[in-house]
This record gives sequence, C-alpha cells and structure tokens, in this order.
Amino acid sequence: MYTQIAIFAPLVGSLIAGVARPFIGRHAAIGGSIAFMLVCAVAGVLAQLGGVQAPLHLANWISVGGFNPDWAIRQDELSLAMVAMVSVISMLIHVYSIGYMAHDENAPRFFAYMSLFTFAMLMLVTANNLLQLFFGWEGVGLVSYLLINYWYDRDAANAAAIKAFIVNRVGDLAFAAGIALIYVVFGTISFDGIFAAVAAHTGQGYTLFGTTFPVLEVIAVLLFIGAMGKSAQLLLHTWLPDAMEGPTPISALIHAATMVAAGVFMIVRMSPLMDAAPGTLELITIVGATTAFFAGTVGCVQNDIKRIIAYSTCSQLGYMFLAVGLGAYPVAMFHLIDHAFFKALLFLSAGSVIHAMSDEQDIRLMGGIARKLPVTWLMMLIGSLALAGIPPFAGYYSKDAILSAAFAAHTPIAMYGWYLGVFTAGLTAFYIARLFLLTFHGQSRAPKHVQEHVHESPLVMLVPLIGLSAGAVGAGFLLKNDFIGGNYIHFWGSSIDVTANSPMGLLESIPSWAAAAPLAIGIFGFAVAFLFYMVAPAIPAALAQNFGWLYRFLLNKWYFDELYDWLFVRPALRLAKFAWRFGDEQVIDGVPNGLAALTSDASTQTVKLQTGSIALYAFVMLVGLLAFLSLFLWVR
Amino acid sequence: MNVAGFPILSVITYLPLLGVAYLALLRGEEVAVARQARHAALAISLLTLALGVYVWTKFDPTQAGYQFVESVAWFPGLNIKYSLGVDGISLFLVLLTLVLTPIAILASASIVKRARSFFAALLLLETMTTGMFAATDFLLFYVFFEAVLLPMYLIIGVWGGEKRIYAAVKFFLFTLAGSLFMLLALIWLWHNAGTTDIVTLLHTAIPAQAQIWIFAAFLASFGVKAAVWPLHTWLPDAYGEAPIPGTIMLAAVLSKMGAYGFLRFAVPMLPSASAAAAPLMFALGVVAVIYISLVALAQTDMKRLIAYSSVAHMGVIIIGIFTFTVEGIEGALFQMLSHGVVIAGLFVCAGVILSRGEGLALSRLGGLAARMPAYAALLMLFTLANMGLPGTSGFIGEILVIVGAMKVNFWVSVLGAAGMVLGCAYMLVMVRAVLFDKFSHPELAHLPDLKAREYAMLVPLAALTLWLGVYPASFTHMFDASVASLVQAHTAALSSHSALAMVTQK
Repeated sequence: MYTQIAIFAPLVGSLIAGVARPFIGRHAAIGGSIAFMLVCAVAGVLAQLGGVQAPLHLANWISVGGFNPDWAIRQDELSLAMVAMVSVISMLIHVYSIGYMAHDENAPRFFAYMSLFTFAMLMLVTANNLLQLFFGWEGVGLVSYLLINYWYDRDAANAAAIKAFIVNRVGDLAFAAGIALIYVVFGTISFDGIFAAVAAHTGQGYTLFGTTFPVLEVIAVLLFIGAMGKSAQLLLHTWLPDAMEGPTPISALIHAATMVAAGVFMIVRMSPLMDAAPGTLELITIVGATTAFFAGTVGCVQNDIKRIIAYSTCSQLGYMFLAVGLGAYPVAMFHLIDHAFFKALLFLSAGSVIHAMSDEQDIRLMGGIARKLPVTWLMMLIGSLALAGIPPFAGYYSKDAILSAAFAAHTPIAMYGWYLGVFTAGLTAFYIARLFLLTFHGQSRAPKHVQEHVHESPLVMLVPLIGLSAGAVGAGFLLKNDFIGGNYIHFWGSSIDVTANSPMGLLESIPSWAAAAPLAIGIFGFAVAFLFYMVAPAIPAALAQNFGWLYRFLLNKWYFDELYDWLFVRPALRLAKFAWRFGDEQVIDGVPNGLAALTSDASTQTVKLQTGSIALYAFVMLVGLLAFLSLFLWVR
Repeated sequence: MNVAGFPILSVITYLPLLGVAYLALLRGEEVAVARQARHAALAISLLTLALGVYVWTKFDPTQAGYQFVESVAWFPGLNIKYSLGVDGISLFLVLLTLVLTPIAILASASIVKRARSFFAALLLLETMTTGMFAATDFLLFYVFFEAVLLPMYLIIGVWGGEKRIYAAVKFFLFTLAGSLFMLLALIWLWHNAGTTDIVTLLHTAIPAQAQIWIFAAFLASFGVKAAVWPLHTWLPDAYGEAPIPGTIMLAAVLSKMGAYGFLRFAVPMLPSASAAAAPLMFALGVVAVIYISLVALAQTDMKRLIAYSSVAHMGVIIIGIFTFTVEGIEGALFQMLSHGVVIAGLFVCAGVILSRGEGLALSRLGGLAARMPAYAALLMLFTLANMGLPGTSGFIGEILVIVGAMKVNFWVSVLGAAGMVLGCAYMLVMVRAVLFDKFSHPELAHLPDLKAREYAMLVPLAALTLWLGVYPASFTHMFDASVASLVQAHTAALSSHSALAMVTQK
C-alpha cells in the first residue's frame, strides 16, 4: 500500500507540474510537485518500516506466447531499501531545487521531469520482472536525457544529452538481448521464476563465435554490459562527465545518487544468477577496479568543480562493482546507499558554491570563500570526509568493507582489485581535498564583480543539505550492523543471494595492516593535497610542466573521447553519407533511373502537360489492370 | 450470415464510395467547395470508423478463422467468389486504415486546388485498402491490391511537391512491376487448386519445387510494397514528394500491404519455401535496419528522415514474420500497428511545420520547443515511440521481435535490435534540429503553437501510442488465436514435409 503511494505520487506530481501548468500557474505547479514528493518520501519510509510483503500485481502488460511480464510491485528487502533511499533523497533535492531554480522561468518543466524521474526510478527498483525493470531503466534514461538537455538552446547541452542517450542505448541493446536470451533459456523473465531455475541450467551451453560457452555466463555478460552503460563503467563511461551540462540538482539526483547506481542494483538484484556465472563476476571485479582507478586519476587534474565530482562518482561506482564481483553484494549495497547521501551532498554543496559564484564552475577561479559560505563550507567538508573514507563518516565504513572483502577473498583478481582500490583511496582523498582547498581556501582568484556577489544560499537550499549531511555522517555506523554486520543475513533475507564462498563472513578477519591501509593512504592523500595547494603551490605547476605528457593524458581523460570519435562516430557518419549518396542514389537507383532515362524525353514534355499526363497514366493503369484480369479469365 | 446480421464488411468497404458520389455533386466557388468536401469526407470516414469499431467489439478472439464472412459467387464457372472476412491478423489492419483516413483528411486543410478530386481520391483509397485487407479471395485481393495504386498515384502526381512526376512514375513502375509477378503466381495457384479462395489455397499442397518460384514472385511484389532493401528506393521519393495526407496513408497503411502479403500468403501457403528463404529474409531485414538507419542519419530533410526511418522499421517487421514464432509474428503484427500510428504522428508533426509556411530542411529549423511547447511534447512522444522506448507502442513490437528472433538466432536478434542504437541516433539528431538549439532564423520565434484541428489529429494518435504501449494485451489478445494457428500450421507442414523427405530418402 505505502509502496504504491510512494511510486505513483511522483507521477501525479509530474503531471501536475507538466501538463496542468498552463491552467494553474507556476507556483501551484511547483507546489503540486513538491507536495506529492513529500507524500512519496513519507510513504517510502513507511513502506520500508512496514517490512516485506508479497509482490503486488497491478495489471497484465504483455501476454504473447509464453512471454507474459506483468505490471507488478515487488516489495522485498532490497526493493524497499532502495524505495526509502530514492524517495527521501529525491524529496530533499526537490526542496533544494525550489531555491536553485528560483530564477528559471521554465522551472515547472524542471520539476515535472524530476518527479517523472522519481516515478521511473521507483518502478525500476520495485520491478518484479526484467521487462518492468527495463521500463524503469529506459524511463530514467529518458528523463536523464531531457534534463541534461534542460537548457536546450546550448550546443554543449544538446551534444551531451544525445551522447548520454546513445551510449546508454549501446548498453541497453546488450541488456535487451540478455532479457531475450533469459526468456529463451528459462521460459520466463519474472525474477522468482528465473532464480528458481538457475540450478537447472548451470551446465547448459550456448554457442557463439563457434565456441560453446556456459549459457549463464553469456546472459550475465550481456546484463553486465547493460549495467556498464547505466553505471558509467570503463568503455561506456564517456557520457557521465558530459552529463554535467544539466542543472546541478540533476547531477546530484540522477548522475550521482540514484540512476547511475541502477546498474549496481540490477546486478545485485540478479545475484542468484550472477553467482552461477563466476567468470562474469571476475570480469566485473576487473572492470570495477579499473574504472575506480581510471576515474580517480582523471579526477585529480580536472578543473571544473562538477566534473571532478562526476569522475569521483564514476570511480565510486567502480568500487561498488568491485564488491559485486567478489560476491559481496550487501557491501556493494551498503556503499550504494552511503554514496547516495554523501555524493548528493557534495553535488548540492557544489551547486551552492556555483550559485554563490555567479555560475562559475572552474575551481581555478574560486578560492577564499570559506568565511562567506560557512554552512556550505561545513557541508562540503562533511561530504569530502565521507568520500575520502575518514571515520566516523559514512564512506569509511562502506569503502573499507569493500577493500576488506577484496583482501579477504585473496584470489589474484581480488588482489588486483585490492591494490587498485587502496591506491585509488589515496587518489580520492587527494582530488577531493584539492577541490575543497582550491574552492574555499587560499586567496580568492575570482574577478572582482564575482567576489562582491558571493553570498550564502537561502534556507530552502541549506535545509536539504543539512538533511543529506545527517546521512553522510550517520549512515555508515548506523546501518553497518544491518547492512553488512552480524544482522545482514536477517536484514536482506532472501532478496540477495550470498554464497558460502563469498568473503562476507571474513570482513573482520583480515590482518590489521591491510585493514588500516586505505585510511593511511587516504590521510597521505590529504597531506599531499595540503602540501600542493596550501603550502607550496609551485609544486603542482612544476609537476605539470615536467610530466607534461602524463598531465595531458589525464587532463584529456585518457583520450577516450578522441578515440571513440575516430573509431565510431566519424566512420558512422561517413558511412551514412556513403550509403545514401553512393549506395542508394547511384547503385540501387541507377537501375530504375536508367529505365526512367528512356522516358526522360517524354518527361520533359510531361512537365508541360503536367496533370493531363497524370490522368493519362492513371488511365493506362486502369486499362492495364483490366487487361490483366481479362487475360486471367481468358486463360482459364 | 454473420454476427452483425448484414454484410458489414462490404458496407465498411463501400461506404466511402458514397462519399465520393456526394463529392462529385458539389458545385461552387473553389474555397467553399474545398471546405464542404473536407467536411463531407471527414463525416463519412468517421462513420466508417464507427462501424469498424463495432466490428472490433463483436469480434470473437477465441476463433482463429475468418469472421463476419460474406460470400457470393463472382465467376461461378471459375470457382471465384466475391468474399470478405476478417481474422485476428487483418482486423486491426482494417481498423488502422479506418483510423488513419480521418486523420489524413484532417491533415488536408491546406489543399484547395481540385479539393473535390483530392478527397474523392482519399476516400477511394480507403475503399481499396479496406477491401484489400478484408478480401478472402485471392483474385479479389489482387484487384484491390492493384487498385490501391490508382488513387495513390493521383495523390502523389497531382498534389505532390516539385519532383512529383518523377516520384509518381517511380512509385508506379516499381509497384506495378512487382505486381506482375504476383499475377503469375496467382494464376499458377488457381490452376493448382482450382479456386482462388484463400482458405482452400491454404490447405492445398504445393510441391516444394514450385514453392520456391512462387515465393520469389511474392517477394518481388510484396517486397516492393514493404520496401524491403534493395527494393526501397521508390519510397523516399514517394514519401518526400507526396502531400502530407498522402504520405500519412502511404507510410502508415500502404506500407503494411507488403508485410500483410507475406503473412497472409507467403508464410502459410509456402511453408517449406518460407523456411528455406528465412535466412535471406533475415539478411534483408538486418540490412534494412542497419543500412537504412545509417542513410536516415545522413538525411537533411525532416520528411525524408522520417521516410527512411519507416523503411528501417519494416526490416524489423520482416525479421519478426520469418521467425515463425508466436512472439516474433505477434511482434511483427504489433509493430505494423504501432508503426502505422507513430509514423502518422511524425508526418502530421512535419505537416504542422509546413502549414506554418516553413520548409522541412533541418538546417532551417530549430528552437521550436521554446514557443511551441505542446507541439514539442507531442513530437517528442512520437520520437520516443519511434525509438522503441518502453511505455510506448514501439517498444512492444520491438522487444517481441527481439525475443522471437532470439529463439532462432542470437545474431539476427542482436543485429535486428541495432535499431535501438541507430534509431536513437537519427531521431535525436532530428528532434535536436527541429526543437532544440537556437532559432536558425528569426521568423521561427513567431510560429503559433498547435491549433484545435492539429490537436484533433495528434492527441488521438498520442493516446493510441500510449495505450498500445502500456496495455498492449487489449490488442494482442485479438490476434493470439489466429497467429497461434498460423504458427502451428507452419510447424506441422514443415515436420510432415521433413518426415516425407526422410521417407523418400530411405
């Protein structure tokens, strides 16, 4: 009951803000959206407290042959945890947006999109079959596109939005193929039906590229490619930093807290199947750890405040996949929830800074504003400490648990994850400290007129920040016992499948030096950043000078965009032109046009005759038809 | 004689002719006549639609065979009858025709020149198309199939754009050439079975050797109509040059004739040839999806881009039909309906721009979302449906075809689904050029948003798009039985065939 209210309230709010706007005016439109979001958040929390219930069947969706996914609401532990998180964070960001979008004349459209997003995201997490999950999946992708493109008269926003949609669709293509293959193999796409039959299909093979693979591995890889697109993992990550063209509340809600975590959620949701695909799990660990490292390195040299946080998100999602690959799904979920709070906090604080700095986003043009923005400063500090994994903030518990799991598993691939993960912990501390120090401390480097206008944000923006900061401070130690501690088996129930050989039971039993390593490296990262940007600012400049190639390599994000442009985008466009101009117009049309050329003399005359000749043609056709018919009757 | 108690299908088919007769009587000043003609045509087409909806409500979804059957001897000596009927496969194609004709008429507001003849041609087109989908005698089908050409040819040739003569002649040559082969096949089939009754033909065995030739003949005629690559090049010219209402009828309804032909004749009558040709058809379908999508990406004109997108979707339909699975064929059927609704919506949207005196060159548009929010929202909806976004009609057909194809072959499924990515690319490029960015020239800032007449076209189409997408069961439910029996018959025919082959091998 509560879950239903939580899901459909935002849809109503979205319709009010979007469709009814011309009739009720701006304030009522925004107010309606906010009111229904409050309902959603309350219902979402109540649903979580109410506990597990049987799936709720809403309506039949498709029913063709054996393919019959329904509209239904799944209310197990995993779904309810996500419902509570999504509805609360979304509500806070809605409230924040009242202040942030106050001067935007199209704000109701913004709220309509945000509420629609919340609806789609909740449909995703409460899906009872893969197709409804896919509905939510594509729905959030759509709203992400619409919101990146919110300021649609900007070139960069358009390009980024299209890129986001297309890159995601590449992943979705694999996801859809995975769903189809699941249906072919299992005869159903409902979660319970799939999970019950996993054991029966473990030995089954599937032939691709002339080789036979275990069919469950093929399915798992296809699903993971889908997750890579949505969660911006390496190779399909290029859209996420560009997505920062959207308004900042969107970056917080969609591109940090909820949508990008959907890939992690989906893989965790499919955990019974994933456990039967050990090869894919290893692949997930490698991709996750590599992404965490890659994005961490790039984050260290970027200058746009939102892009640094975006790369950080990419990196943290990599950590989550690292945990997923180890089979430590509860740990991944723990980091997912913690991350949602502190990353949303970081983005909204950044939004507050951008707001104060007259829309400046380059941290090289900030500095020295700590005194003028005391609340924002404190919020950003909390978010940074949580991200860097400093106790007792949230990130410390969840990120350390991921690395502990990697060390405890101790396979070569898990250790690859551990080494990269620990190193990345240092990078994380460094880049977030760099961002923090350059933004708030030192001398102000902003132009004079900007400096004069620096002001703290209004209360309506600060209150949501404080709400999120409570999560960034408390979520770690408050949730630890339930999510990954002694109570985790009871807390997650049967919604997550944890196998006996997963490192879940060994989190506390690793050597103390290994347990302390991430924190020590993190503090070292802080120290380096303090040295570089407070004590001796000449060092980073000198490093950039002396290691120019490395600096440029990182600054250009490992040249992925250039590579893809050269490898896919340009050839596709060239091929498109070629197919049209040469293939269609020259080759295929050549034949009929050759025939037509025979009548071209006639056609120059038809221009004169025009409609007269048309009637003639029609008459000829009629005669022809009659002739055919009589021929037919005659030959009987 | 049938559930309705009178020959309702004939009434639906010929009612528009009554309208034609009325139009012929109109006299007076050109503008006034145009308005009267439009109103009369609209009234008659809405009445026809109401009868069509009645047929839907009375249709019994549990029966696989033809319903509302009516039959009178036509050429008794030849065993040829005038007979009409609908089953689950043809029911919605008839309805699609009936729904889109009034919309095409509404889209004809700007046509004043020879308006009487124009609306007469549209109504004639409705008669021919309905009759074609409802015919249960092959000869009758053939007559209607050919007769559809006439009004369409006139619509392109008289009321089309600059290159209308070229486009009309090309359309004419392509389709007529294809149809000749069908006539030969028809004669052979009649000779073989002694009748042209479709149900009897379905149950008359055809030697495997002959099946191949007949299939080739069908491929030539239906392939041209369905614009199967590489027989598609008449289509962009015809779509591009036809006036908007003509384009709507061409893209939404007439393009289904080919796919319907495959589904009605090629697959059930020629099971072994169809099975043998399936790899070829998959290849053609995949090429259509990928090659044509790329061509669409290169287009610089909104109407032509939509036209190419239409061809790309036909590829998906072809793939679905030749999977011979319930999922694939229902997906193909569903895609036919969805495509009809969505492509009509897109062309109406293009017409909205034309009616405001602007051209359709993508470089001369832009920024319309700012001043035309309702228009932007509806165009966006049809765009998303065309990309196959879940919740819209386009998704259902696409996912069913993907699933059906996956049962047959992994790569057919994945490559056939490549439209998910490529379709996303060209459609988003299109909406960006039309709705977003800045105004490419200042006059665009003064275009008014949708008018009542335009809402009357777009809102029903949008509602259908969402209805088909959210609750497709209300449609698939109606064709379940017919498709299931088709698939069953196909499987049975193939297995008896292969059993026979094994016997002869021994």
